[in-house]
Amino acid sequence: MHDHPHTHPKQPDLEDSPFTQHQVMAQALEELLIEKGVISADEMRKGLEIVDAQSPADGARLVARCWADPSFESRVLEDTNAAAREIDLNVGGIVIEAIKNTPHVHNVIVCTLCSCYPSGLLGEKPDWYKSRAYRSRVVREPRAVLAEFGTFLPSEVEVRVHDSTAERRYIVIPMRPEGTEHMSESELAACVTRDCMIGVAMPHVLSTE
Amino acid sequence: MRRPHDIGGLDGDAIDTAEPPAEAWEKRVRVMRQVLGRKRPPLLMVDELRRAIEDLGADDQSRLTYYECWTAAIANLLLQKGLISVDELGRKMDEVTARWVKDRAQ
Amino acid sequence: MSTPKFTAGQRVRVRAAFPLGHVRTPYYTRGCVGTIESLAGVDRNPEQLAYGIHDGPSVPLYRVRFHQTTLWRSYDGNPNDSVVVDVFEHWLEADLA
Repeated sequence: MHDHPHTHPKQPDLEDSPFTQHQVMAQALEELLIEKGVISADEMRKGLEIVDAQSPADGARLVARCWADPSFESRVLEDTNAAAREIDLNVGGIVIEAIKNTPHVHNVIVCTLCSCYPSGLLGEKPDWYKSRAYRSRVVREPRAVLAEFGTFLPSEVEVRVHDSTAERRYIVIPMRPEGTEHMSESELAACVTRDCMIGVAMPHVLSTE
Repeated sequence: MRRPHDIGGLDGDAIDTAEPPAEAWEKRVRVMRQVLGRKRPPLLMVDELRRAIEDLGADDQSRLTYYECWTAAIANLLLQKGLISVDELGRKMDEVTARWVKDRAQ
Repeated sequence: MSTPKFTAGQRVRVRAAFPLGHVRTPYYTRGCVGTIESLAGVDRNPEQLAYGIHDGPSVPLYRVRFHQTTLWRSYDGNPNDSVVVDVFEHWLEADLA
């Protein structure tokens, strides 16, 4: 039904691959809604700017501040959205709740029913987080799933999986690694990856030598 | 009965941690839903989107990609709400297809 | 706005009902006994929002903790391992056992 493209298309995101019926439909929906004045091109542009500005660097900055300042961490645990605003992080209207890892409890987040995710602090969710494999398995065999990410937890540590079934989103505050006592906040933030704020990985210490 | 999307605890494959680059059209779909949701009153709640995806049926949910499911669900919701008509959608899809085919031929 | 029925530490059972429609109480919890971790808040009901009903009553929402050994027939891991799920009050009943 669709011709396959052969030379330089003007739609940059289509490149050389065939476009699908759903891509056409998505474009058609957007154009129709704008033409009919339901939404505006400006609203789309501003919405894209907001989404493009979100990334795991925001979450990493929040975690680094928690590590550096225990009283800030208490406020993060009490009201994550409000505490984030203290460091100029506006995570939007969705309530995000930070959950702290301890030597006794390791936390992991999932949304088994769809793939709710703390985008306000972590940006776009990775494909594996949306996958049936992760959503079905991590609630039932979290240790096996974590092992696939290279994360091995001692049997005496309790693993707690949080299924984001309602409007709240969850983010993990990993434990501060040893050997980071003299690091600045930005150096600390560099140790915090997206995956350790989901709970499938541990923060790593980047050598400053 | 267990509905097709309610999969917590079922058997699953090994996790594929590959992260192909995000596609721009998918981001636009995500933003379109947010823009509709910010209207007062909201024109498309995230709960409606979830329900419409769940109602796509097992076959579509396993065959379509994540954002293809979103697109189909959003289309169904907008049609149901009368914000667009079936005829308008069909004509606009034809127009977009013709434009893209022409762009590629150049 | 309703007064929350359950308190932290209380044992609750998820109703073993299986209606069609938009439900945010996962299948794997139905009929299972857990413990109230906390009251997460009082939120609008997604079962109504999903169908365009915006003016329904808000419902207390709880964080409920289930032991893995309760949820699955066999579980390999620390017996204290658990899953915490956000469950609306109307899906819960007090477990008096």
